[in-house]
Amino acid sequence: MVTYIIRRLIQAVFILLILTFIVFGAVRLLPGDPLLMFLNATDIEALSPEALDQARHELGLDRNLVVQYGIWLGDILQGDWGKSLHFKNANVLQMIGQRMPVTIHLGVLAFFFSSVIGITLGVIAAVRRGRWADTVATLLANTAITIPIFWLGIIMMLVFSVELEWLPVAGYTPINEDFWLSTRKLIMPVICLMIGSLGAVARLTRTSMLEVIRQDYIRTAWSKGLRERAIVIKHALKNSLIPVITVMGLQVRFIFGGAVLVEKVFAIPGMGRLMVEAVDGSDYPVIQGAVLVIGIIVVLTNLIVDISYGWFDPRVRYE
Amino acid sequence: MTLLTVENLKTYFHTDFGLVKAVDGVSYEINEGEIVGIVGESGCGKSVTQLSTLQLITSPPGMIEDGKVIFDGRNLLDYPANGPEMRSIRGGKIAMIFQEPMTSLNPTLSVFQQISEMLSLHLQMDKETQRKRAIELLTQVGIPDAKRRIDDYPHQFSGGMRQRVMIAMALSCNPKLLIADEPTTAVDVTTQAQLLLLMQNLVRQYHTSLIIVTHNLGVVARYAQRIYVMYAGRIVESGSCDDIFNQPKHPYTIGLLKCVPRLDEEEDRRLVPIEGLPPNLINMPPTCAFLPRCPYKIDRCREEPWPALKPVGNQQVACYVDTKLTVQ
Repeated sequence: MVTYIIRRLIQAVFILLILTFIVFGAVRLLPGDPLLMFLNATDIEALSPEALDQARHELGLDRNLVVQYGIWLGDILQGDWGKSLHFKNANVLQMIGQRMPVTIHLGVLAFFFSSVIGITLGVIAAVRRGRWADTVATLLANTAITIPIFWLGIIMMLVFSVELEWLPVAGYTPINEDFWLSTRKLIMPVICLMIGSLGAVARLTRTSMLEVIRQDYIRTAWSKGLRERAIVIKHALKNSLIPVITVMGLQVRFIFGGAVLVEKVFAIPGMGRLMVEAVDGSDYPVIQGAVLVIGIIVVLTNLIVDISYGWFDPRVRYE
Repeated sequence: MTLLTVENLKTYFHTDFGLVKAVDGVSYEINEGEIVGIVGESGCGKSVTQLSTLQLITSPPGMIEDGKVIFDGRNLLDYPANGPEMRSIRGGKIAMIFQEPMTSLNPTLSVFQQISEMLSLHLQMDKETQRKRAIELLTQVGIPDAKRRIDDYPHQFSGGMRQRVMIAMALSCNPKLLIADEPTTAVDVTTQAQLLLLMQNLVRQYHTSLIIVTHNLGVVARYAQRIYVMYAGRIVESGSCDDIFNQPKHPYTIGLLKCVPRLDEEEDRRLVPIEGLPPNLINMPPTCAFLPRCPYKIDRCREEPWPALKPVGNQQVACYVDTKLTVQ
């Protein structure tokens, strides 16, 4: 087990190297010159080509791509994540440190509720297969999967904030400042962010559960005199969650992807917004830093998912 | 004393292809402490019969249409399928062992978890007593080092060992009746003999009645006191084990015995398989279901409906032909 984790962590290092290198190259292919942001646009007109080259040289942007990457990597390893080009001289690590908790707050809520509600819906649909509860649950799950996030966000805003005035339109308040306000502000963003995952988890749980409840060992469980609830929860659920946790692990990256949209729509100052701003401003160090952090989180969740298989299914061996 | 009486049990499956009369008017009984064999080919309804007595048929498509299952003076079919009365019978009074030891145990729960849930459900034992009792049971069914193996998972046991675990689980609450549905079909021959002997010893020790469902006459020959032979959803012959083996009366039973090797007979006898295939249970003709495969058929068989069981000598036989005159 320990050997397995160590091996996976070594793999993770290579994955992160490849990921960051690709992103490093890709941002430099994007249109837009970071110097336009770094210096003021008005200055650009005034500056001579020599002065521009001078600025470019000072930032190291005129060097070979591989050399630039090597320098960036070296700095990262020494704990220096660089400085933002856009927000002059803001420390990238500090920027991420401010934005990350916001996205994690949003993401953890979305992950928790999509898993709990999704699994519950899936189990109800499977156990009441073909009856009205199944029809309703399946309909909800299919709607949840197909609904576009940005559309849902705007419609909810219109209905619940503008018309009914039940919820704040947008914005974010940290949980330790005002719990109630923070929660009210997050209701709509969390719904938007989790809706797709919820549908996917519900559908997969239903399919998997239907497969499990016709296994021989479920018949054995019935023959022991157990109640339906005990059979579903103790005997069927654990077995049917094995494929579901794979998908739950995948949801983590969809949540980060979704955060880009949701944070934009609801004006939430999280990682998603930070990345959109960074891409807009060709803010290379910020993009690179954000991608690295998200990459680390995704790689670690994958590892956690793989390890949790062992708890769900004792037949799994880590060699 | 009679422990269980099944009367005129009918279990039908309403499928897209038509009505399948899997069990079509089956009656049998078993006394306290008795071992009874129910024999028939695959798909003759013998397993469905047993599942029906505990109302374990998946519904839909299965439906128990008619009949009575009298146990302890109560008709079990009067109770709702998963109601409290039925649940207290299942596992507590009547326990089942299934055919596939590889798939009949839950792969994600340890052996202890699977045995102990019955002990707490039916006997309200506390955790410590459960553990003691479970170790005792596993030792009894011949699992070496039971104390250490109790927390192992099913995949850590061989097929034969898993079936021993199933037996331990089934006997854990001291049921009055044990139904073993093809208990040894999926294990090799030497393990088969060990498991059967083990079951025989245990049911004798606990004074439990045992129904062995099998397609293998050899399996029941040594252990059962009485045998019911099933064909296409009905019982076609019943009697004591000795009578059935020595003087089979129904052409199907005769056919079955001809394809089982015996040690106590002349060496040059050939094993003769029964010609043809078992009938498709959808849309059965009203005549005897064995008619197309029967070597003794007479005109009456084609003209009259499937005969009811009637006494012939010490046995009950459902046949118009006096096979004694025609054969042997």
